[in-house]
Amino acid sequence: MFSYCTDPASLEGLAWLSCYLTNGKHLLFYQSFGTVLLLLFVTAPVALAFGFVGAAAARARFAPLALLAKGYTAIVRGVPDIAFFLFFVIALDQAFEYLRHKVKCPDWEGPIRQGSDFVVCSAAKLPLSNSAQWVHEVYGFALAVLTFAIVFGAFAANVLFGAMRSVPRPQLETAEAYGFSARQTFWRILVPQMWVYALPGLSNLWMILVKATPLLFLLGVEDIVYWARELGGTKNPRFSDYPHGDWRMYYFGALLLFYLGLTKVSEVVLDRLMARLTLGQATSGGDAQRKAPA
Amino acid sequence: MTCMEVIADYGLRSLGIGERLLPRTDFTLCQHFTLIGSGMIWNIYFGVLALAAGFFLSITVAFGKAARNPVARRASTWFIFLFRGSPLFIQFFFAYFAFLSLKQAHPAFDPLTSAAIGATLVLFLNTSAYAGEIFHGALKSIPKGDLEAADAYGITGWKRFRRITFPTMLRLGWPAYTNEAIFLFHATALVFFSGFPAWQQRGDALYYANYFADKTFNPFVPYPILAMYFIMLTLAVISIFGAINRRLTRHLPPERQTRLRFRARQFIR
Amino acid sequence: MKKLILTTAALALMSGTAFAQDTVRMGTEGAYPPYNFLNDDGEVDGFERDLGDAICETAELSCEWVTNDWDSIIPNLVSGNYDTIIAGMSITDERDEVIDFTQAYFPPDPSAFAAMSDAFDGTGVVAAQTGTIQASHIASMDGAALVEFATPEETIAAVKSGEADAVLADKAFLDPIVAEDADLMFASDDVMLGGGIGIGVRESDTELKATLDAAITALKEDGTVNTLIEKWFDGMTGPY
Repeated sequence: MFSYCTDPASLEGLAWLSCYLTNGKHLLFYQSFGTVLLLLFVTAPVALAFGFVGAAAARARFAPLALLAKGYTAIVRGVPDIAFFLFFVIALDQAFEYLRHKVKCPDWEGPIRQGSDFVVCSAAKLPLSNSAQWVHEVYGFALAVLTFAIVFGAFAANVLFGAMRSVPRPQLETAEAYGFSARQTFWRILVPQMWVYALPGLSNLWMILVKATPLLFLLGVEDIVYWARELGGTKNPRFSDYPHGDWRMYYFGALLLFYLGLTKVSEVVLDRLMARLTLGQATSGGDAQRKAPA
Repeated sequence: MTCMEVIADYGLRSLGIGERLLPRTDFTLCQHFTLIGSGMIWNIYFGVLALAAGFFLSITVAFGKAARNPVARRASTWFIFLFRGSPLFIQFFFAYFAFLSLKQAHPAFDPLTSAAIGATLVLFLNTSAYAGEIFHGALKSIPKGDLEAADAYGITGWKRFRRITFPTMLRLGWPAYTNEAIFLFHATALVFFSGFPAWQQRGDALYYANYFADKTFNPFVPYPILAMYFIMLTLAVISIFGAINRRLTRHLPPERQTRLRFRARQFIR
Repeated sequence: MKKLILTTAALALMSGTAFAQDTVRMGTEGAYPPYNFLNDDGEVDGFERDLGDAICETAELSCEWVTNDWDSIIPNLVSGNYDTIIAGMSITDERDEVIDFTQAYFPPDPSAFAAMSDAFDGTGVVAAQTGTIQASHIASMDGAALVEFATPEETIAAVKSGEADAVLADKAFLDPIVAEDADLMFASDDVMLGGGIGIGVRESDTELKATLDAAITALKEDGTVNTLIEKWFDGMTGPY
């Protein structure tokens, strides 16, 4: 990075540290923080969409659909999320390849599961084995996002389902009295009003999502945990210009600080958002805002 | 090999009793059930111990956060923020590496690097922070009237705490605390994936489920079995906590008795 | 000659891999110096990087390097996340049932115990990396308790911290560490495990295996393998 970094062995103190902290490996480490933030910002809306569909399905009059949606949320909440991550990341991959296999290679004979091999025709491979490295990385990341969205979608469905039920009944009855159809009542009355009831639950969910991001490491994505472990490990002078002992404690200490900061910032932002959304709502919070001296 | 033999060989494998080598080829359903079930011993061990010890610390923390003394208040608030504001996964990693350096400083810290002691300690502190926040919230929502009535009857000091404040706080916080207990049990599955080593392949349920999934490359058998065990554990926790809840609320008229519902609302990690 | 080309072409059509693809993805661990490790720039480096690049050049394949955790390195090969494992993996019967190996590019190397004191006699707590031949060996040893870690780095750290009495790993991996570290020393007797190190490929990838085998043979004959072994492993003479 810096011009004086050509011979790190001769450096000491801050100069050494400045070179050490800006070598190629550390730059990859800093990039991985971006990966984590990207995951957060991609997953949150996807999970919310899953949750919305789940909540709407749980309200459905068609009993099997409602049962399916409720079963989905109950199972996801009854089992540790980490087990889901480990399960879905393989299961989704195999499911996609299985479906593609059925579509693209209908003449294929022989079983797909051969002992410990999972064999599909090469046209069904995901991603195709001749695609570039970035395709593989994007695919891995997309699988992670989908896995996160499935798990957190169930939580979000639970929150949104509760929020939909909290919207005062008279609001819906009034809509019906004005001749709104069920669909119109849902989209024009229920959905716009439910957010303020959902926000406390959703902010809590956001916090949980933030704290679940290090599990990305278990899904095989090279995230901050991966690099912290790699960088913190003892470095032998034969294989590195920056030999050092076991520094993993410091790297994970830095990660702790990063997450504490991230949750603190989230807290502040979400509090502001709550204040904004409460404005003019028929809730005790809205009432308090109205009565407060300007 | 019949299933009974498998159970005899692997039923207590997670404690190091029985067959030394894990099965390597020709995995049977029975082996899946036995080994993953055997691993549940660890999940229950971590959960019960951390929960039992954490109950007392969490109440201390809750009262600390509500205390007038600024030092106690600061300390409790920071404690809660530290453990609730960061991922448990990272806490495990950090704690393990911190314990390793402590160990080099003094042999008295030796046991801390084992999952049985070190991970339990982390889980204990973590659940204390979450439950402390729950009980602090409950403490704040004790009806003013209850305390004023106590004053009117001349019930003060320790007696007021024991008869009024503490039971009411417990009752109000109990539904949320039940949730915390459930998620604490779920969190025990993280232990062997976060630095703490599995001695002689003695691991928890997820460790063995992952072992099978890695060997057979088929996630559709071990993970549903694991899920089944965890759902059973969750139901057991709900029924035990529900029984306590009924006892805590038995003096209330039926319509005011809150029924415990399993919901992932406020305090999961 | 013509017939030979035809059969290979047919093979390539049938399973449609190695020859049909323009890139071969090389899977490695990146944490096992001097075999493979990430250098300061975060790139794969080491003996296997050099050798792998030479193999790809000889076989006229374009290669890409991918790192993967050791404990899931075989499942991810099988599922097609990369096409080869070139990660200091010893050829064993157990692995051979799941994947195929090329001929060895590194001779059978003794595994050694490294400990903090030479009093270690093969009994006590021994650290090894999960899913290695060393871990299986300790599990079958009398008097030794196996403690497994996910990465090689952690096995060394466990000995340094007193967590384990010794670590069992490839001697070539331990050599530079013991040389640098005043606290660590070799103890007890070395053991011979495994049948040399080969490149792992999927069982269905027969023609990729043949291509790699041919390239390794060529590189052994022209002395490249020996040169690389001598470059990366102190005090070792090339055996081929």
